[in-house]
Amino acid sequence: MIRFENVTKVYARGARPALDRVSLDVERGEFVFLVGASGSGKSTFLRLVLREERASAGRVFVAGKELGTLSSWKVPTLRRHIGAVFQDFRLLPNKTVFENVAFALQVIGKPRHHILTTVPDTLEMVGLAGKEKRRPHELSGGEQQRVAIARAFVNRPNILLCDEPTGNLDPTTSLGIMRLLDRINRTGTTVVMATHDDEIVDQMRKRVIELSTGSMVRDQSRGVYGSDR
Amino acid sequence: MRLQFILSEIGLGLRRNLSMTISVILVTFVSLTFVGAAALLQTQIGKMKDDWYDKVEVSVFLCPQNSTAPTCASGEVTDDQKADIQAALASPEVKPFVEKVYTETKEQAYDAFQKQFKDQFWASAATVDDMNSSYRIKLTDPEKYSVVSEVISGRAGVEEVKDQQRLFDRLFSVLNNATLLAGGLALVMLLAAVLLITTTIRLSALSRKRETGIMRLVGASTVFIQLPFMLEGAIAATIGALLAVGGLWVGVTYLVDDWLGESAGWIPYVSTSDVLTIAPVLIGVAILLAAISSLVTLSRYTKV
Repeated sequence: MIRFENVTKVYARGARPALDRVSLDVERGEFVFLVGASGSGKSTFLRLVLREERASAGRVFVAGKELGTLSSWKVPTLRRHIGAVFQDFRLLPNKTVFENVAFALQVIGKPRHHILTTVPDTLEMVGLAGKEKRRPHELSGGEQQRVAIARAFVNRPNILLCDEPTGNLDPTTSLGIMRLLDRINRTGTTVVMATHDDEIVDQMRKRVIELSTGSMVRDQSRGVYGSDR
Repeated sequence: MRLQFILSEIGLGLRRNLSMTISVILVTFVSLTFVGAAALLQTQIGKMKDDWYDKVEVSVFLCPQNSTAPTCASGEVTDDQKADIQAALASPEVKPFVEKVYTETKEQAYDAFQKQFKDQFWASAATVDDMNSSYRIKLTDPEKYSVVSEVISGRAGVEEVKDQQRLFDRLFSVLNNATLLAGGLALVMLLAAVLLITTTIRLSALSRKRETGIMRLVGASTVFIQLPFMLEGAIAATIGALLAVGGLWVGVTYLVDDWLGESAGWIPYVSTSDVLTIAPVLIGVAILLAAISSLVTLSRYTKV
């Protein structure tokens, strides 16, 4: 589903590469944790998959397409198959929960009847049934993240990218979010999650890829957060 | 769904930046009014030329009895002198430019004079002998006045050669300068309009950065993201253009039709239908302005 071949990303000329000759494969339906200290290249990895950045060297494949040669007008189509969730939720404060999720479908031109059936289904799946009319500031952090996940998943993407989705949440709430991501993963969606949360990684026992100053230092199936354990 | 969504986005953007939207409308209004005024002035000149250049002629005034002009030293023009002038007009250098020559005797001139100024005191004081007999020459090309003038003026028996077109040319040069002035002001205002629309679109894009960020993320197409901003600029500019058309229409109706038409009605003036003719041009310019501004701004602020 995602394939990196010797990928290097340098932001400014002469600077240390944010990613340094990284090669890896993520299969369809996998759940992968991306761990490492701040600045180790986790976010750059996700940005490359979303084609928000282009690789400086090497090749990135997503869903069989090489992103380096993908023309920019095809990028939106690529992104329709990728959902993204962030630490800061990125919800629209003046829209309701329903409108926030519906927004993702409206802007890609989905018909009204499709939106009216899909959005409630998705909200129910993430556990927000009955809160459609609330606005983001009326929700807890965990609920806001569920809205963000609903928005990322409402178009049934093949890949879900999560950039520290539990970074702002307490452990109990985080656990709820992880259960939700696990459920989404079980529907066949590939999930790549960048995180600092060692407890979660240790509990889930999924594949762990560790980055350190741009290089991949570990790729372990059913791994834990710290490599020394 | 799509159209409805885009329309609501546009409404949102226009309301959120209301003061900027109004300033865009006003600046395009003023700048396009100047553009329109320049266009109307040129139309006016064209109309006057069409109407008058057919009528203008070169008048060769022949010596009357008591003239102080040096060429009239021998007194009133003689038949020999007349024959000489007519021969000159028929000469191969001049003939191709002359369409027709009318002769006006001093009696005819006196009658016309009495008719034109019948109520004035000086009309009764004038006598037939005070009048010039003259040749009225119609030129094939009114611009070739100087050729005729050179050959005829200074001949014995000719008091003065007058070209009516000269008078009009002075008027036209005044109108042309006014056009230049209006055009220059229009250019400055258009530049201000482009900069203002650019700023407005930029502000609008920045204030909706969150929305556009999410749109990019979920795979909305570039056109879909940028269209509301473009249309916002275009709508504001078009409203400005419509105001300019309205302003010109009012100006022509009250200033030209009612006021000038009353006080100097013998001139063919621009009419409101001329305003309607230039209206599409003004609206086109407005949309072009908005399009240029959008292209300059959006590629930078709503990048994929």
